[in-house]
Amino acid sequence: MTKVGVVLFPGSNCEQDVLEAVRRLGAEGELLWHGDATVDGVDAVVVPGGFAHGDYLRPGAIARFSPVMEAVTLFAAEGGPVVGICNGFQVLTEAGLLPGALSKNRGLTFRCEMATLRVDSCKSALTEEVEEGTILSIPINHFEGNYQCDPRTLATLRDEDRIVLRYVENPNGSVDDIAAICSADGNVVGLMPHPERASHPLLGSEDGNRLLTSLLRAAARRAGLIRT
Amino acid sequence: MTFEAFVEVRKHPGIADPEGATIERALPTLGFTGVSAVSVGKAFRLTVEADDEATARATVEALAERILANPVLEEVRVTVTAAEGARA
Repeated sequence: MTKVGVVLFPGSNCEQDVLEAVRRLGAEGELLWHGDATVDGVDAVVVPGGFAHGDYLRPGAIARFSPVMEAVTLFAAEGGPVVGICNGFQVLTEAGLLPGALSKNRGLTFRCEMATLRVDSCKSALTEEVEEGTILSIPINHFEGNYQCDPRTLATLRDEDRIVLRYVENPNGSVDDIAAICSADGNVVGLMPHPERASHPLLGSEDGNRLLTSLLRAAARRAGLIRT
Repeated sequence: MTFEAFVEVRKHPGIADPEGATIERALPTLGFTGVSAVSVGKAFRLTVEADDEATARATVEALAERILANPVLEEVRVTVTAAEGARA
């Protein structure tokens, strides 16, 4: 069975939701304590949402120096699937695993609502099972989700097909309506929406499962359980 | 020697500063007119032990770039002075 490791920082608050969502999809889930410099034994890593280290200084600024992040960086460099959700996306940009940064929402409002998203790239570990152009309803819940990068980085992201999800209606001022991006190889993905909060009919949407199913497929491939 | 450092972290020109803009819009309602270019940043005070001012400055600049600021959004300005009594 594929195993998904979910990083737990002091201040993370979506780790149980992610564990529950991946377990419902048939995978094993395990918490990875931020102070342990290892991700041994897992086939995918999720850096969940919340307020790691209280978001002191900047979201993700302290978390990126946690011992576990060295192991996550190594795992990513070896091609292991790594997904940062919300605060996890902020951690991955601070750690340099993804380019750009997430700044305060335009309009200075905390946005907590269902967002409509368009899948614009299927090359990422989170979207390999989804068709381009698919529309998904997945909630957002953030104050600092305004994705920013310099024009050259944006051109690279576009040219290399690394803009994974776009908002249909931009809620936060993100450049080019970006809701999710991935690394050049597609194995590292950061997104502001919370797929784990759209993983059951009672939550109002199951669209998040389509992304998590892709992640579990990438994890199974990593584990050697499937070839393609 | 002991040095006192002051680090100012502010947004790059052109990076949206919604907090600064909101404060700026509030000022006229309080009767303050003629105030513009309000920008919000962060400030840090540190004490550094180093052989000389240049070394202290290099240390503070390095740590400011590494952790205090996010270079994608922000720039830093560092001021270093000998701590009071340090020259005695």
